[in-house]
Amino acid sequence: MQAFFHQLLSGIADGAIYASVALALVMIFKATHQVNFAQGEMAMFSTYIALALTQAGVPYWVAFVVTLVFSFVVGLAIQRLLLRRISRLPHASELTAVVVFIGLLIIFNGLASFLFGSMVKEFPTPFDPAAWYGSTYLSSHEVGMIVMTLIVLGIVFAFFRFTRLGLAMRAAAENPQSSRLVGIKVGWMLALGWGLAAVLGGVAGMMAAHKVFLEPNMMAGVILYGFAAALLGGIDNPWGAPIGGFLVGVLVNLAGAYVVGSHLQQAIALVVIVAVLVFKPSGLFGRTVVVRL
Amino acid sequence: MSGLLVLEDVDASYGATTVLRGVSLEVTDGGMVALLGANGAGKTTTLRAICNMGVKTRGGIRFAGKCIDRTATEDIVRLGIGHVPEGRGTFMSLTVDENLRLGALRRRDAGIAGDIARVCDYFPVLRARMDQQAGTLSGGEQQMLAIARALMSRPRLLLLDEPSFGLAPVLVQEIFRILRVINKEERMSILLVEQNARLALDLVGQVFLLETGRVVASGPPQQIAADETVRRAYLGQ
Repeated sequence: MQAFFHQLLSGIADGAIYASVALALVMIFKATHQVNFAQGEMAMFSTYIALALTQAGVPYWVAFVVTLVFSFVVGLAIQRLLLRRISRLPHASELTAVVVFIGLLIIFNGLASFLFGSMVKEFPTPFDPAAWYGSTYLSSHEVGMIVMTLIVLGIVFAFFRFTRLGLAMRAAAENPQSSRLVGIKVGWMLALGWGLAAVLGGVAGMMAAHKVFLEPNMMAGVILYGFAAALLGGIDNPWGAPIGGFLVGVLVNLAGAYVVGSHLQQAIALVVIVAVLVFKPSGLFGRTVVVRL
Repeated sequence: MSGLLVLEDVDASYGATTVLRGVSLEVTDGGMVALLGANGAGKTTTLRAICNMGVKTRGGIRFAGKCIDRTATEDIVRLGIGHVPEGRGTFMSLTVDENLRLGALRRRDAGIAGDIARVCDYFPVLRARMDQQAGTLSGGEQQMLAIARALMSRPRLLLLDEPSFGLAPVLVQEIFRILRVINKEERMSILLVEQNARLALDLVGQVFLLETGRVVASGPPQQIAADETVRRAYLGQ
């Protein structure tokens, strides 16, 4: 029974990471109907920046904030300098974007190996192990991961719900043409969305790195679970993404421990993806917008 | 010409397809003007040309004396033009309240809450639906919301693209009655695009008639309505 609870709680902790990644994917999907395959590699690259900073003696939380600013700028720049131009190409199609995203994935992966080496590295945690001394269920880092994710998700949702800029971003994602007529700079809203998604990825990367160790392919598994989470929650529903994330975390941990074994854990993500696409493409919480004409 | 909005010899095209040829028209300050014509005559394109919405234009478009040919769509609203687009442009998944607040997005003054109350006085049905998803509103309610959203920017000129489209006659009359009130009491200029010529002729002070991208007749509504060809082509008489 104790082992079961350990797996369950550990799944929730992993789910926190998938939740952030899933929300990042959903944010970009809602605005552009594109899935950013490079989301994980961008996060991994940001995490290397954080590691370089902490190794240079910068305190963890300062490095954390600087890394998020870096992630934001990189995300913003990718949209402004690259994607915006590509979307304007005369023959641009859905496939063009996919190719660009895969290209970005390979570039970030290669760049990380080139700049930081492909050795597996330890990544620090800011959460004091002594504070959680004696618990067999969760490590202090896992608790920190969950709390951190909930705080970040709370901030993101409050931003979208209660600020003018958040409202403008939601409007731009839903109806670009109408948004321009009320004075919203739609192009910049997309770029901001990319920046914010990169920030979410950065948080996920830094939280994950302590657990899975930092190396250029660190996010390959995580992004897969993130996709599964986003689809399970409903790819167009920002509320569903985090719930999907926690569900996938628990499911993968329990199934890995009791059903398929740890080697086939990643296959569960694929099973989830296929099952959602076949049986309920809108996901568990996929919102069907009611439209009357 | 000294009108609030002046189009002078405007050509407009989508890519290689030219839609407007040498269109000139004027909306005076406080005036109410109808742009009539059959399907495909270029009415919507004229409005899109004014707001620089994916249309390539040549010629002069001036608003309040300022040339706006190259002004980006997102900056048009700040100049004082509210555009109620074809299809209403409702933000379906957002609430009615959020739709209205979006209309005032580029304003920084404190009068926004007051203006929400004001537009709800014009369209009381919106007040009861404030927290409802806008996509659940009926067609008529969405049209009212679209007009209310445009009013939230406190425009000097309101562009309306077929506000009667798909609505029951009684609703259309109600909307037209409110447009008259807005025009009279707030001295807001209105440029109305309509297929329903008869209704529009009752409402406005000046009419421009478009045919395959050209203005073929213009004048006060009595004169247009008296024109034999116009009557036959557009009024079914």
